[in-house]
Amino acid sequence: MNRLDFNEIAADEVSRHFGRRRAVSRVTFKAGRGTILGLLGPNGAGKSTLLAMLATLLRPSSGTIRYGQSDAAAGPSLRARIGVLGHDLFLYPELTARENLAFFAGLYGIADPAAQARDALDRAGLAARADDPVSSLSRGMRQRVALERALIHDPRLALLDEPFTGLDDASTGALVGRLHALRASGAIVILATHDLDLAEGLLDCAIFLRDGRAVETVARPDRLRTTYRAVIGR
Amino acid sequence: MLRAIWLIVRKDLTVEVRSREIAYTTLFFAVACVLVFAFSLVQEGRAAEGVGPGVLWMAIMFAGNLALGRTFERERQAETLRALLLAPAPRPAVYLGKLTGIVVLLAVTEAVLVPLVALLFQARLLAHPFWLAAVVATGTIGFAAVGTVFAAMLVRARSRDVLLPVLLYPITVPVIIAGVRATLALVQPDFNASLVQFWLALLVAFDVVFVTLALWTFEPVMTD
Repeated sequence: MNRLDFNEIAADEVSRHFGRRRAVSRVTFKAGRGTILGLLGPNGAGKSTLLAMLATLLRPSSGTIRYGQSDAAAGPSLRARIGVLGHDLFLYPELTARENLAFFAGLYGIADPAAQARDALDRAGLAARADDPVSSLSRGMRQRVALERALIHDPRLALLDEPFTGLDDASTGALVGRLHALRASGAIVILATHDLDLAEGLLDCAIFLRDGRAVETVARPDRLRTTYRAVIGR
Repeated sequence: MLRAIWLIVRKDLTVEVRSREIAYTTLFFAVACVLVFAFSLVQEGRAAEGVGPGVLWMAIMFAGNLALGRTFERERQAETLRALLLAPAPRPAVYLGKLTGIVVLLAVTEAVLVPLVALLFQARLLAHPFWLAAVVATGTIGFAAVGTVFAAMLVRARSRDVLLPVLLYPITVPVIIAGVRATLALVQPDFNASLVQFWLALLVAFDVVFVTLALWTFEPVMTD
């Protein structure tokens, strides 16, 4: 399968309207390889809509999103380099964790989907539950399977919407470690989260969104909670 | 592309074998539909001439609508349709995978419906099994080809259960008419092969047009 590569993602004045409602309005940012960028903001700030546009699931109403020299028109070869963890887990509850991972590994053109699924289950610490239907797993376990599904094809761009949801302390620690590893491997990670304590120390850049607008962009953010209150409460 | 189609079909059938939800609901609904028509239209053990093919296609149409709705409802619940669209598989492969899965599921229902209609309406449906298989298969593909696009398109619409038949039935009327006429020609005592061939050719033409249009429109329809 053709896999397009890129060193940078750049959104330029990106807006998205649903009828008269403006979900995202003129957002501009750039993120290069080895960067973890956080989208922070209250519910309805436009984080998920922005992630959907970056994932090529939604077309911007105006503005452009560039993946290196390409845009969403690159289609399958671009999608082969994007991994998405959504609010919903994108897993089939009737299938086992192994079957889910092998199915998506196959769709992403991985030569040995079964081996890739096995490795992913080991990373998720779910080898013992590999053959249980996803519907029988706890929320946190499902979240771990979903994360492995999103990353099973070694994406250049990982888009994670609330990745810490439902995870216990150990799993959260493992996920933070995984995100650091992704950054070290040269991936571009964009995550939307409400968990400011976890985001602190993890993000290379934070974009604060309110009512669809990027109201503040902070490089190497510290004291996130204070900044968040100051920016969002304005 | 073929690999992606195969993976999606296999996944859909595995999910269905585990849950049996669509098979049971469509079968129950289709059989109930045929029984109601039989109680109404079969008098003293005899049905009016030509009723059987109409009842068969009406049951296929209703069952098809139900199967289409449930198949995509399943993809909606955990937003797995989004995951399919995010994968680097060509969008036409996603469409063809879903279409094939639905056609296979409907074929299972039809395998029960055909002998049931033949029995209850004393229709000579099984007199020419290969011709009948060709007619039912082409009719089902034509119906499901349009239905798959609409069901996928409506997956996020609040009133999808109402909108699907409203959109689907008028557009697939030509397929249903051709299916009924071809099946009617099949059950006649004086079998006219050229008449069946004519309707079958029409069904194949509908299939080609509908599948081509669906492949053409699936990507833009699913992007937003």
